[in-house]
Amino acid sequence: MKKRIIVIGGGVAGMQTALRLAEQGIEPVIVEKEPELGGKLRGWHVLFPTFTPAEQVLTDLRRRINERGIEVMTSTEVVGLEPRSVALADGRRLTCDSVVLASGSTLFDASIKEEYGYGIYDNVFTSADLERMFNEGRVAKADGSAPRRIAFLHCVGSRDEKVCQQHCSKVCCVTGVKQAMEMKRLFPEADVFNFYMDIRMFGPGYEELYREAQQSYNIHFVRGRISEASPTLEGRVQIKAEDTLTGRPLRMSVDMLVLLIGMRANDDNARLADGAGLQRARSGFMAPRDLFLGNVASNVDGIFYAGTVTAPKTIGESLNEATAAADAAVRYVEA
Amino acid sequence: MAAINFGYTISKPRVIDLDRNNLRKSDEILREMPELQTCIGCGACTAICTAGNLTSFNFRRVHTLVRRGEYQGAYEEMNKCMLCGKCRLVCPRGINTRGVVMLIKRKLGDF
Ligand SMILES: Cc1cc2nc3c(=O)[nH]c(=O)nc-3n(C[C@H](O)[C@H](O)[C@H](O)COP(=O)(O)OP(=O)(O)OC[C@H]3O[C@@H](n4cnc5c(N)ncnc54)[C@H](O)[C@@H]3O)c2cc1C
Ligand code: SF4
Ligand code: SF4
Ligand code: SF4
Repeated sequence: MKKRIIVIGGGVAGMQTALRLAEQGIEPVIVEKEPELGGKLRGWHVLFPTFTPAEQVLTDLRRRINERGIEVMTSTEVVGLEPRSVALADGRRLTCDSVVLASGSTLFDASIKEEYGYGIYDNVFTSADLERMFNEGRVAKADGSAPRRIAFLHCVGSRDEKVCQQHCSKVCCVTGVKQAMEMKRLFPEADVFNFYMDIRMFGPGYEELYREAQQSYNIHFVRGRISEASPTLEGRVQIKAEDTLTGRPLRMSVDMLVLLIGMRANDDNARLADGAGLQRARSGFMAPRDLFLGNVASNVDGIFYAGTVTAPKTIGESLNEATAAADAAVRYVEA
Repeated sequence: MAAINFGYTISKPRVIDLDRNNLRKSDEILREMPELQTCIGCGACTAICTAGNLTSFNFRRVHTLVRRGEYQGAYEEMNKCMLCGKCRLVCPRGINTRGVVMLIKRKLGDF
């Protein structure tokens, strides 16, 4: 009889894990709480650093899942796991030979940073809102007009003691550069400013993208964290920061303020971890067995991790990990 | 013969000379408030500071200079602070910035 491995979460990491398992003669089952596969990518428009449509990546993964006839349970939430079974929200329990947890992460809720006025003033958006607007083909201010001045703020809900999120979310810097370029393409007359504390361009082609944004797109990078935003009488947003490189306070009004929100640990990580005896990092993300030779293994034999459930990652990194996690799970069930 | 004054003087070097600066006071300050070492220089404190928006006072700059052993004038600068505490609300490192002002004033009163 074929060995059966349950993959929790059907984002890019979960889908790739299942594909790799199936290739090796294992019977994978993807359990996804949303009505369809795809995870965060369902909300993204084009991807850094190549501007590839997110839909293209998803379509390819979904097609291969279909062709392989992989079992997918959608609208099904996992509430507990053990190496040999998972518990579902509807009370059922599915048995298996091993589990790969690929339940991803959660977007930071920008309204918690009240000083930036998200959900309070018009014309304050998040990076996720902007992706949705790109997808809908309608990017505009709240009154429908075109923005002439746009500001992006890095590190919203990341690297911030005040909201108990110490970690760097890794992908938001390059997302901010990508989105700034897209805005400039849509609104060539607009001035675009990125306010940052540090610019982290760690991946292949990222630094080059940053340079292109500066040189060919004339995007202004200001080193300083915005301290507060307030509405103006004309419906614009006034922001304050220190231009730390000149050592002077800076103030400006913009038509759109875009908050580059980070990725935080899922709320249900705590419950899943407690139930299974899994260790979590201080950030709340799941902690791999060790960061070198066991980075897709958990501290519990038979439970593996893939993708952003252990830390913020890019799609490429999540896909690679998924392959590694599947291989580790196969070695475990066939031992 | 009286020396001719050409108007040249030897200007005070602008360099922060860590070979010469005495970091003892700076170390004392950081020992009492180690959290100040976590500052990432984001400037949010300076951005929100009312005193900093109206005068040349720059809280981030002053406490950074103090950490480098540049104490001259720091006490006088910190006197421009109104101790309102707004900077503490925005610091992403959770530093008790208002406490930093008071500590620097206490330690550097004689500079
Ligand atoms: C604004 C933004 C833009 C980005 N743009 C890019 C980009 O351009 N290029 C790039 O490489 N990366 C980008 N990323 C990163 C990318 O989104 C992640 O790398 C990717 O989504 C990780 O996939 P994942 O499968 O680990 O997690 P997710 O995409 O979060 O998928 C996890 C899945 O698990 C499901 N799930 C969670 N809990 C349960 C449960 N208890 N039971 C059942 N199912 C569950 C969720 O519903 C979800 O479908 C971006 C991130 C952000 C925040
Ligand atoms: S990637 Fe950039 S914007 Fe995101 S948390 Fe890290 S430093 Fe901040
Ligand atoms: S406490 Fe002092 S330094 Fe801080 S914001 Fe108020 S006046 Fe500025
Ligand atoms: S807000 Fe905090 S971290 Fe930022 S410059 Fe001021 S003291 Fe440093």
